[in-house]
Amino acid sequence: MVGMSVGIRASTPVPVEQEQTRAEPVGSEYAAEDKPWQTVVWNDPVNLMSYVTYVFQKLFGYSREHATKLMLDVHHKGKAIVSSGSKEKVEGDVAKLHAAGLWATMEHQS
Amino acid sequence: MIPWERRGDTVISKLDRREATVLRGLITQIDGMLRARLEATPRDELSELTGIRTGMSTAPDDPILSRLLPDFHRMDGEEPSKEERDSAAALRSLHEPELLDLKTGVAGVVLDTCPANGGSVKLSLEQADAWLSAVNDVRLALGTTLDVSEDMPDELPEDDPRSPHLGVYQWLTWMQEHLVMALSPDDDR
Repeated sequence: MVGMSVGIRASTPVPVEQEQTRAEPVGSEYAAEDKPWQTVVWNDPVNLMSYVTYVFQKLFGYSREHATKLMLDVHHKGKAIVSSGSKEKVEGDVAKLHAAGLWATMEHQS
Repeated sequence: MIPWERRGDTVISKLDRREATVLRGLITQIDGMLRARLEATPRDELSELTGIRTGMSTAPDDPILSRLLPDFHRMDGEEPSKEERDSAAALRSLHEPELLDLKTGVAGVVLDTCPANGGSVKLSLEQADAWLSAVNDVRLALGTTLDVSEDMPDELPEDDPRSPHLGVYQWLTWMQEHLVMALSPDDDR
C-alpha cells in the first residue's frame, strides 16, 4: 500500500515554481520546507477503526484506500501524520478532528 | 435495536424504550458537563464588544472533559517547553468555545431526534453524522471512566464494578459501527 501511494505521487511531479496550497493526502515523507506544520493523530483504545477511516475520508476527502492506510498507521504505529501545511490550515484540521473525537495534535516540523 | 439502514438520503433504525432512555441519559450528562465548562468560561467586555470569544486556556481537570477537549500539542511525555505550553494555552482559548458549541450541538440533535419512549428514528445524512459524533463522545466518556484498553475482554468478572456498564459501552460500539457502515461512501457506486 505504501509503495502504491508513492508510485501515484511520483508519477505526477509538480513544477517547483508552482506553489501548492491545496490540501493533499501526503505523509511526513513529503512535507517540504514550505509546509512546516503537521497534523498528528494518536492511537486510542476507544475510537473504532471504521470510524477513524470514515473521518479521514470525510474531513480530508481522502480515498478509502489512503484513509485506511493512515488509520492502520495510527493503529499499529501509534500515530500518523494525516495532513500538513501552514499553521492556520493544520490548526483548522486539528480543530475538526477534535470535533470528531479523534486525539489529534499539531507539531512544528523541526 | 435494529441495525441502521440507509434508504436514499435517510438513515433509519428503531430503539426500544430502555435503549432510548439509556442513550438520552448519557447524552444529557455529557451535554451538561460541556455546558458547565462553557458557563465557567470567564466573559470579558472586550470579547462581548468584538464578538471574538475566548475560552479557557487551561485543560480541564476532569479526565472525561480533558479527553473530549484535547490539547493542541502533546503535553504529556517529556517536559513540554514554555513555547509549547504557551501555544497550547493560546490555541485552546481560541478554539474551545467553538468545539463546545459543536459538541453540545450534536448532542442536541440526538435529543431532538431520539424519541424519549423509544420507537423509529429517521435521520437525514447530516443528522446521522451528528449522531455519529455524539455517540462517539459518549463512548469516549464511558471509555475513560471504564478505563477501556485495546485488550479489554468482552466480559469482565462479575465482581468488577465496571461490569454492568461495559454492556452499555459495547452496545454503543455496535450502534456506531453500524452507523458508520450505513454512512460510508460506497466506492463501487
